[in-house]
Amino acid sequence: MTAPTTWRPRLADGTAPVLAVLAVLLVALAFAGPAYSEPAGYLALLKRAAPLVLLAIGQYFVIVSGGFDLSVGSLVTAEVVIAARLIEGDDANTPWVIVLLLGFGLLVGLVNGLITTKLLVPSFIVTLGMLLILDGAVFLWTGGAPRGALSPSFRVFGRGGVDLPVLGHLPWSVVILLAVLVAAVLFMRGGTGRTLVAVGDNENAVRLAGGRVDRLKVLAFVLSGLLAALAAILLGGFAGVSAQVGEGLEFRAITAVVLGGVLLGGGRGSVVAAAAGALTLEALFSLLNLLGVAGALESAVQGVIIIAAVAYAALGVNPRLALRSRAGPPEPARRQSPPHKENR
Amino acid sequence: MNRKWSVVAVAGLLAMAGCSSDLPADTGTPGTTGASKDAGAKSEFFDQALYERQTKSRSTAAEGPADKPWEQMISPELVDTAKFAKPGGDYHLCFSNAAVNNPWRQVGFTTMKEEVKLHPEITKFTVLDAEAKDDKQISDIQSFASQGCSALIVSPNTTATLTPAIEAACKTNVPVIVFDRGVNSTCPVTFIHPIGGFAFGADGAEFLKEKVKAGGKVLALRILPGVDVLEQRWAAANEIFSGSELKVVGVEFTDGDAAKTKSIVNDYIQREGQIDGVWMDAGATAVAAVEAFQDAGVPIPAFVGEDQQDFLRMWADQKMTAVAPTYPTYQWRTPVIAALQVLNGRQVPKEWVLPQPKVTQDTLQSFLRQDMPPLHYAMCGCESMAGYPAPWK
Repeated sequence: MTAPTTWRPRLADGTAPVLAVLAVLLVALAFAGPAYSEPAGYLALLKRAAPLVLLAIGQYFVIVSGGFDLSVGSLVTAEVVIAARLIEGDDANTPWVIVLLLGFGLLVGLVNGLITTKLLVPSFIVTLGMLLILDGAVFLWTGGAPRGALSPSFRVFGRGGVDLPVLGHLPWSVVILLAVLVAAVLFMRGGTGRTLVAVGDNENAVRLAGGRVDRLKVLAFVLSGLLAALAAILLGGFAGVSAQVGEGLEFRAITAVVLGGVLLGGGRGSVVAAAAGALTLEALFSLLNLLGVAGALESAVQGVIIIAAVAYAALGVNPRLALRSRAGPPEPARRQSPPHKENR
Repeated sequence: MNRKWSVVAVAGLLAMAGCSSDLPADTGTPGTTGASKDAGAKSEFFDQALYERQTKSRSTAAEGPADKPWEQMISPELVDTAKFAKPGGDYHLCFSNAAVNNPWRQVGFTTMKEEVKLHPEITKFTVLDAEAKDDKQISDIQSFASQGCSALIVSPNTTATLTPAIEAACKTNVPVIVFDRGVNSTCPVTFIHPIGGFAFGADGAEFLKEKVKAGGKVLALRILPGVDVLEQRWAAANEIFSGSELKVVGVEFTDGDAAKTKSIVNDYIQREGQIDGVWMDAGATAVAAVEAFQDAGVPIPAFVGEDQQDFLRMWADQKMTAVAPTYPTYQWRTPVIAALQVLNGRQVPKEWVLPQPKVTQDTLQSFLRQDMPPLHYAMCGCESMAGYPAPWK
């Protein structure tokens, strides 16, 4: 779609630091665990990370366009619970339930997007409301204990794979992940993707230039919902039914996106970096686990990452501008301060 | 959305992530009346005397009908209840339930409702669900004071906070029956519970000690820190492991999350090369842990699970070496039976300790129910009830 010359600068745009961190972590993993000396270990890591990476890609679309999607975690839970209830362990039900799940994810995204754009409720509030609604609905329906069971054919996507000569066992979830990633990269390099980033940067400018801002924002939420549904299919397949499966995932996805150098508030960051952020997060947790660091540290690590990444974005990118905006009167300074403009 | 707002948003998110974590798959968590709080030498939750009493209780013959373990009692100290006698029937039973937020509690509560149906002398059964909130349960118990209850059954949400509310209820001269988790008071007529957390933890640990060769690697998976009965389960296991030849390679919290469990187990398989035994303090994620071994293409080691159907099925299908300690859901039948005994002026034990059997290879087949939901707890004592199996499905 695009000439190879445009590829290098895009990669440099915030992607390099997270890829460097990821590379360091992967090397550290190889030293920490014997399993990471061969492809199988990394494929297992990718398989485990796939749902989070999908969620991070979805979250990226929303965040880069200037919003938040807090509903994805509870959407994942709802999807898994619905799937178990409808499939009832019967393989014959798998195909139509998968279609229904994707449709439900799409619908939730559409509702989020329409309320945000048409009723002008901030996306933070809309998706927080959606989180509570879905959580409540799932609890009301299940009382905390999901019924039914997933069928073996449904679980194949998250658990199974194909045996290849060199790589060994290639999990389906990795194949799905790669397909989505390639599609997302192509989408972001196209006109719509670029306009989406522009909406996050300055939506008035896009509107004045004739861009359909609302439609783009809705699209971002729909993609996020759809990818959450896909993540739910992989997660349900990986680990089975649980009413807690999506707990905290929205938070993890946002951490991953922030770790990938995507600016909260929108307008800057690449989808590859967001995906790499998710992978980095998962690699980091694996490393902590291999080193025998207590699991309770995970939350603390996430917190530190968020604060550090936001601070880095605020100060590290262009300290002079950030300092000026702190010293000057808040409103005008903030309005004229998007430092990311220069980067693009 | 500007940057300042974003930071506020993320801060809010952080706070929410902290608040939203409820207690998943908490398998009932009964209490022992305060004794568990005593600090022991080995762990804050290790109480030598209680540990010895509970491990011994497992082999003590229970009194009562052998085919109805929910009516049995271990070393009972009977108390007189004549002052509560109100013969003639037409009873209004009131039940303040801590929550129905996990499969264990759901199976138990269903069993209790069916038990009530067996007794025509109970004409009214009022239930208030506290939704795992202490404050709601306190007001629930207070509101029962004006509802003319013949007897009040309470499954407390937490021990210390609910104690004053239950003491106040005792003063209304309605017999109060506490079960599942305890309170720090002797005012209830009876406190009904299975043997306890130490016995549960020991059942699994002793099994591994017997089945895993000396020097074998054991992975311990725990659901949550800080809940006393869960801590007791681990304290007992830790005591047994430290006096054995087994090597505990890791003690990890899973939060009851299947995906997290699977990842942790996968990491340990990679890190240790081989795991010879898995101990768990709650079996809800046992199937996920077993799947981690399957997916890694290694043999499934000796396993400790719990009595929910999905694990029992996996155990039978894969011909695993396994044991399932239980926290029997049949204990939900007992408070109803106890209430009727009290209202008829018959003696009940001050502390009604129910037997706490485990599912072993020999008894596995008798607990398998292919037609029941995966999270149905087998030790429900409900198979012979009139409505079975529909309400449990």
